[in-house]
Amino acid sequence: MSDITKSELDRRSLLRRAAAVGLAATPAVGMLSACVGGGSDEKNDQATGTKSADNPLGIDTKAPVEIVIFDGGLGTKYATDVDTPMYKKKWPESEVKYSATEQIATTIKPRLNSGTAPDMINNSGADMMDFGAIVKAGQAADLTDLFAAPSFDVTGKTVAETLVPGAIEQGTYDVEGGRKPFAVNYSFTVFGLYYNKKLFEKNSWTVPTTWADFIALCDKIKAAGITPFAYAGANASYYMVRAIMTSAAKIGTEQVLKDLDNLKPGAWTAPAIKQAAEAWGQIGVKYMNKSFLGLRHTEVQLQQNQDKVAFYPCGSWLENEQAASITPNFEYAVMPYPSVTTSDQLPATAINAAAGEIYFASTKGSNVQGGKEYLRVMLSKAAALEFTKLTKSLTVVAGAADGQTISPGLTSGNEMLSKAGKDIFMGYLWDTWYKKMNDASLEAVNALMFNGGDAQKFCDTMEKVAQDVAKDSSISKNTRA
Amino acid sequence: MRHGKYPFIIGFLAVPVALYAIFVVGAYLQMFRLSLTDWSGYGTFKDVGFDNFVKLWNDEVIWIALRHNGYLLLLLPIVTIAIALLFAFLLNVGGGSKGGMTQGVWGSKVYRVVFFFPQLLALALVAVIFQRVYGPDKSGMINGLLPDSWEPWLFLADEKWALTCILIVLIWQAVGFYVVLFSAGMGSIGQEIYEAAALDGASRITLFFKITLPLLWGNIQVAWIYLGIAAFDAFALVNIMTVNQGGPNNSTQVLSMQIYLNAFKYSQAGYASAIGVVLFFLALSFAWLTLRVNRSDSVDA
Repeated sequence: MSDITKSELDRRSLLRRAAAVGLAATPAVGMLSACVGGGSDEKNDQATGTKSADNPLGIDTKAPVEIVIFDGGLGTKYATDVDTPMYKKKWPESEVKYSATEQIATTIKPRLNSGTAPDMINNSGADMMDFGAIVKAGQAADLTDLFAAPSFDVTGKTVAETLVPGAIEQGTYDVEGGRKPFAVNYSFTVFGLYYNKKLFEKNSWTVPTTWADFIALCDKIKAAGITPFAYAGANASYYMVRAIMTSAAKIGTEQVLKDLDNLKPGAWTAPAIKQAAEAWGQIGVKYMNKSFLGLRHTEVQLQQNQDKVAFYPCGSWLENEQAASITPNFEYAVMPYPSVTTSDQLPATAINAAAGEIYFASTKGSNVQGGKEYLRVMLSKAAALEFTKLTKSLTVVAGAADGQTISPGLTSGNEMLSKAGKDIFMGYLWDTWYKKMNDASLEAVNALMFNGGDAQKFCDTMEKVAQDVAKDSSISKNTRA
Repeated sequence: MRHGKYPFIIGFLAVPVALYAIFVVGAYLQMFRLSLTDWSGYGTFKDVGFDNFVKLWNDEVIWIALRHNGYLLLLLPIVTIAIALLFAFLLNVGGGSKGGMTQGVWGSKVYRVVFFFPQLLALALVAVIFQRVYGPDKSGMINGLLPDSWEPWLFLADEKWALTCILIVLIWQAVGFYVVLFSAGMGSIGQEIYEAAALDGASRITLFFKITLPLLWGNIQVAWIYLGIAAFDAFALVNIMTVNQGGPNNSTQVLSMQIYLNAFKYSQAGYASAIGVVLFFLALSFAWLTLRVNRSDSVDA
């Protein structure tokens, strides 16, 4: 089944029908059919070799492998200077055909549809392809064998065993024949409350772990003439949604979030969600500034860089993103969201951390196993460490950055990660599965935080949206366990 | 005379008509067709009859968006035309008579150019500029000018005023073009008419209402339709300037934004097409009504 190809064909037959009534001219049909590639479902010739302990994926050691990297915020140095040399060193007879692009869909989609795709693709950026559609169209390779293969450089462990919890789950999709992993979500984001360590040290403010301490500290910060808490309402409301979701999971475990993903009736009005919304709503009422609703992420960040704002809920990419605007008086640090109640089911150290940045092997490539082998190289401890050094982003390879001198914010995030131990949860997927629900949550969270903190209204609004989505047969559904 | 008629027709009519048929009529027909399907934008689709329209009827956000388009439709043409007329009159006739010739206020040649500036800027650029003008704290241009003791105005972050802020930008951007349009119209009104009226002792206000306005009626009608259609759009400003694209709390939501969100973000191309169909008929009825009403009105002018 190839849904993407089908869509083109449908548009073409539609045009033909229109042409039949004499309204669209033949050139248009010709134009469109020129765009539609072969898109055949027959298996193309793929390079394979014999599996061995040294070659667990059974690649043809002489076949070239083609990779395409997105040239964006992470740059491409990690691929050209780290991963490719490592691959070449292991398989000197295999040539790596490398290219980078800022326009992934424009470059790759036609090649996927015509059956001449690269073997490994980094799907990212503003022009990224809808990965769910690619999986549905059968164009992403099943990565089960990659994750089951021995790690590239950690002896005695499979690739899966070297990864952080939830890393594989996040790239797993429902397909005919069950749930299978199709993507390596390579970079790893830690979510928490970001603050200026130097400012806190100067004022001897200590990191709170209980909600009462958090409130007390916010009062102190406010008394010092600094806005205690902020997020940018105009385009960064999803950080606030994530903060509430994280608190809800700490109160009632990740199951609370799984119920939301599965559109379970009453999931949004569950006590844990309401308690989290109530607690954060009060922070909104007491410690925020109404103007933040109209500001953008960069504008509020600027205020934090100038020590006008103390806490900002965000993810670990923040430090790299702000690298150009921070002064020597500013040193990023991150803390977990404090426990909301005294009976929270997860400890105060529990955090939400999620994998992102999709890399996948294409079934339409000519050396799919080679593409997977390249991913295995990327998932080695050595490559992961270099990636972190180059991009200031952690990877899903567990502990790859341990004991290394990395930037202060990232060190802090890494420490938070190790303190959390087993209490790291992947979080939720409804925001990517159901875009409409995501947008509704941005409005609802803004209303909660800027309009008086009505938690019941937040829960009811979201419950209604969730049930509308559940009832809408035109939206395809996903589930998770 | 007849010689070369066919090349002329083919060159100047057939090709443009064909292009129009393919890229405009064709696209509309596809949209009409898709509005009856459950197409997501990917993969296959099936016919669902009028389900999308039923869903649309029951969609609260669509009604909110429709109300906002109505608000813009009511105010954008009236205010823009009023301001443009005033400016054009001042530029052309407002300075009174000198040496038997009516002329504009002092410096009108400069104003004429200045008024046209906003029209030259891409709408996306205008949106970005005004986002800073409307900044809800001291970093915003307007709030920065206010005395420190004042609470900053929230502008786009205030549900009550956000849409009006958008309306003001739309007006600011449009006025220049209509000043030029009306100026051209006024230029074609004979000097002798103004002269005769001035000799009879008519004041500037009388000149405006008794001479300029009736003789400009055709231009105003065109302006009305164009601005009305612009009021059905407003997409770029809402998309770039507002909180979460249409917020806060849907207070700046418009139909064009809903089409965009449903088609490209929510993967509901069929439903988005249905909204497009509704918008198409709304704009069409508006243009038709305007022309009709004006036709009966303009007879006595």
